[in-house]
Parts: sequence; structure tokens; C-alpha cells
Amino acid sequence: MSERIIVPFGPQHPVLPEPIHIDLVLEDETVVEAIPSIGYIHRGLEQLVQKREYTEYVYVAERICGICSFIHALCYSQGIEHIMEVEVPDRARYLRTIWSECSRLHSHLLWLGLFADSMGFENLFMRSWQLRESVLDVFEDTTGGRIIQGTCKIGGVRRDIEQEKLDEMHRTLDPFEEKCRDLGDVFLNDETVKYRLQGLGVISKDEAYALGAAGPTARASGVAMDHRETGYAAYGDLGFKPVVETAGDCYARCAVRVKEVYASIDLIRKAIEGMPDGAIDVKVKGTPNGEFFSRAEQPRGEVVHYLKANGTKHLARARIRTPTLANIPPLVKMLPGAQLADVPVVVLSIDPCISCTER
Amino acid sequence: MTVKEEQTIIGVALENLLSEVGKLYADGYRLVQIGCTDIGDSYEVNYSFDKGYQFINLRLTLRPETEVPSITGTYWGAFVYENEMHDLFGIPVTGINIDFKGTFIRTAEKYPLSVTKRGGDRCQNV
Repeated sequence: MSERIIVPFGPQHPVLPEPIHIDLVLEDETVVEAIPSIGYIHRGLEQLVQKREYTEYVYVAERICGICSFIHALCYSQGIEHIMEVEVPDRARYLRTIWSECSRLHSHLLWLGLFADSMGFENLFMRSWQLRESVLDVFEDTTGGRIIQGTCKIGGVRRDIEQEKLDEMHRTLDPFEEKCRDLGDVFLNDETVKYRLQGLGVISKDEAYALGAAGPTARASGVAMDHRETGYAAYGDLGFKPVVETAGDCYARCAVRVKEVYASIDLIRKAIEGMPDGAIDVKVKGTPNGEFFSRAEQPRGEVVHYLKANGTKHLARARIRTPTLANIPPLVKMLPGAQLADVPVVVLSIDPCISCTER
Repeated sequence: MTVKEEQTIIGVALENLLSEVGKLYADGYRLVQIGCTDIGDSYEVNYSFDKGYQFINLRLTLRPETEVPSITGTYWGAFVYENEMHDLFGIPVTGINIDFKGTFIRTAEKYPLSVTKRGGDRCQNV
């Protein structure tokens, strides 16, 4: 048996956008064990719920993550609305869906760029981020913010999108989809990409399910699980179906995200076409009393906001389980057997979001 | 087709935790999360499971310093939640498959969410 050595991976590493540390136990160049640790950017955001009014905490929830910010605000707002039995107007549900899918689009395009970078495919990295910029432009146009939108609130949304703007968005979807399909074609069909990704970091369907994997990490292994199936926001009206692959390797995780880009464009198109008229919010009175596990589908998978209210303006507890935390155990199982040079690709294949994970 | 989500909360005694978790595993439930709540002088711990969007929570109520058996023998991936429970709340969890002994989440203050607020720098899993 070769001598075993431990190589620290992270917290600072060229492919890591955020700090996570993994001790890699190696035999020659092969990983035999991986031990992760986190905690470099823990901000105590859950505890802030005791100091911010329940209406203000939407802003804190939105700042848990800079990529899925809107969906954190949405998940939190839906939880409070459930506790207070607030019925959100239809138009607000549709607007929430559009912004949620824009979040997914820009997150997946960001990830595709980072993933290409981890493979050393710099051209593809630049093309992905170029497309992502146009999604951020839509955010800026419709909400005033490129990263933090501030539009979701308890009882609906703060901003409407005028019909002219919706029409303009609808017109740009076809050329945008064409560019995304050109990009996706490289990720799905390029021989060098396939050679680098296929058979790497494999996790079976049973393992993914038993380990509690979430989002594209689970769906790439054949677990057909996507919280949008429960029909929250306007998903119930739009005929949503999850994207599922079966190989369970890095290529399958990439393929799920590429196809989810197409699915998000389709959902935005349907939401614009079916946009109802009417109010965008309802007035919320009183204070919440009760508890609820609010769940939504972020780009990285299912997020859970456990909210416990005690009838005062401050919640007693907000506990946020993010998809990356759920995807750490599958990552620990994916790494053994990989070569050291493949570790960045395998780590990025779960699309780790450490700000979310540590809160 | 839209799937209807249902949520259930079931109180469970500490001595029955492992057997109840084992039953859910046998029924095909996946572990979603383990989360703690400070309820004054004790903790409420929710073990959340899901199967086809049917959401079940096993709820333990614990006094501080009470040792909790790990469920990693059943759900291997539970170590992230159990280490978090220890590192943020100071709840000692026994028998975790990957026990970071207080270093999974590195915070300046030990057990920042502890109800006792007197965790000091003592790591209870050591």
C-alpha cells in the first residue's frame, strides 16, 4: 500500500468562489477519503431574527446568499404568509415566479462559467458569464437591483412589471434561448467536456436519496424531486416538470443544469403569457403566531426555512437549511476514487454556496 | 400535476428516537434536516424527513447537557446536522460517524446559540 498523505484543499483555492476546507487523504494521486469543514463565513443571520421585526427579516433572508437572494426572500415570505393565513394576489405569484426563474438562470449560468473554468475551458467561462450579464440587466430593469432585488415582501411584491416591459422581455426570450442552446450544446456535446466529466464523481440514485442530496445533485442521479412540483408561487399553473438525468456523474449534474436553463426560459415565457391583472400585494396586519417549515426550490435544491413565531413582532426562531449543507455528505462520498486534479471539478459539480451553508 | 405537500409534527421521547428514525428509514423517508430551537431553558430539536413531499418531523425536547444519540448509524449524512447542533448549541451528540469535536463550524464564540450561554471554550464531544 502506498503511503497516505493529507492535502488540504481550500479554504482559498483558485476555483472556489467561497471558502470551504477539505482535507484530502491521498494514496499517490488518488483520493481515498475527504473530510470537509466550514465556518469561515458564519454570520449568525438566524439569530438576527430575534432583533429584526418579522417584516424586516425579509431583507436579512435575502442577504443570506448573493445568488439565490430572491428565493430566500420568497421562501421566508411564504412561510410567514402560511402562518398568518395571508392569500397572495395572483399577479404577485406570477411576478415571484419570473424573478425566481431569473435567479435560477443567472445562478446556473454563473455556475456553468465557474465549472468551465475548473476544467480549464476559459472561453466557455467567458461565454457563460456574458449571457448571465443579460439576466442581471433584466433584474436591474425590473427591480432596480442586479444582485439583491428587495422586491419580495410578506403579502406579495413591492414592484410591478409594466406590460411594455413584459412584452420586451418576451421578445428577447427567443434570441436569448438560442444563445443558451449554443452554449449548452458545447457543455453537452463537446468531446473534451465529456472526456473530462463522464464517469467522474459518480453517486447512485439510492446513495443520493439516502444521503439526503438536494436539487440538481439528486436529480442527476435519477431522484425526480423538485419542490416546484408542489405548485408554490405560480408553478402549479405553468405545467412544471423536473429535469432528471440518471448517470449520477459530473456530466449528468452539468446536463441537469444546462437543461434547467432551457426550462427556466420556458417557465418565464409561460408566466409572461399567463400574467393575470390585478393587485401585487395585500396589506398584512397583526403579528404571526405559529410555526411552519417553508420550502422552496433554489438553483442548488430544496431550501427549508423553519419559522417559529410567538405572537410578537419578533420571531422566536428562524432555522434555515440550505441545499449545499444537504449536499456535503454526497460530496464526501463522491470524492474517494477521484484523482487529485479532478477534485476541483467534483467539488464544483455540487455548486457549493458557502454563504448559504453557513448563514 | 401539482403534488400536495403535507406537514406533520410528532413528539418523540429520547429513548425512542433511534427506533422511530429507523421506522422512517424503513418506510423510505429521506432526512431533510435536523434543527434546534431555543425554547427558554431547554431545546426543541426537529428531525425532518420527507417522502414524496410528505413532511414528517420528529420533535425532541431536551434539557441542556442532555446527551443525544447520533442517528448517523441509520442516516449516514446526518453528521453535518449533528456537528452543527453541537457546535452552535453545545448539545452533546454521541456516536457520530464523522465527529469534528467542535471544529465543523468555526465560530469565535463557542456554542453561540446555547440556552445556557455558559459553554465557555469546553468542547462537550471531546
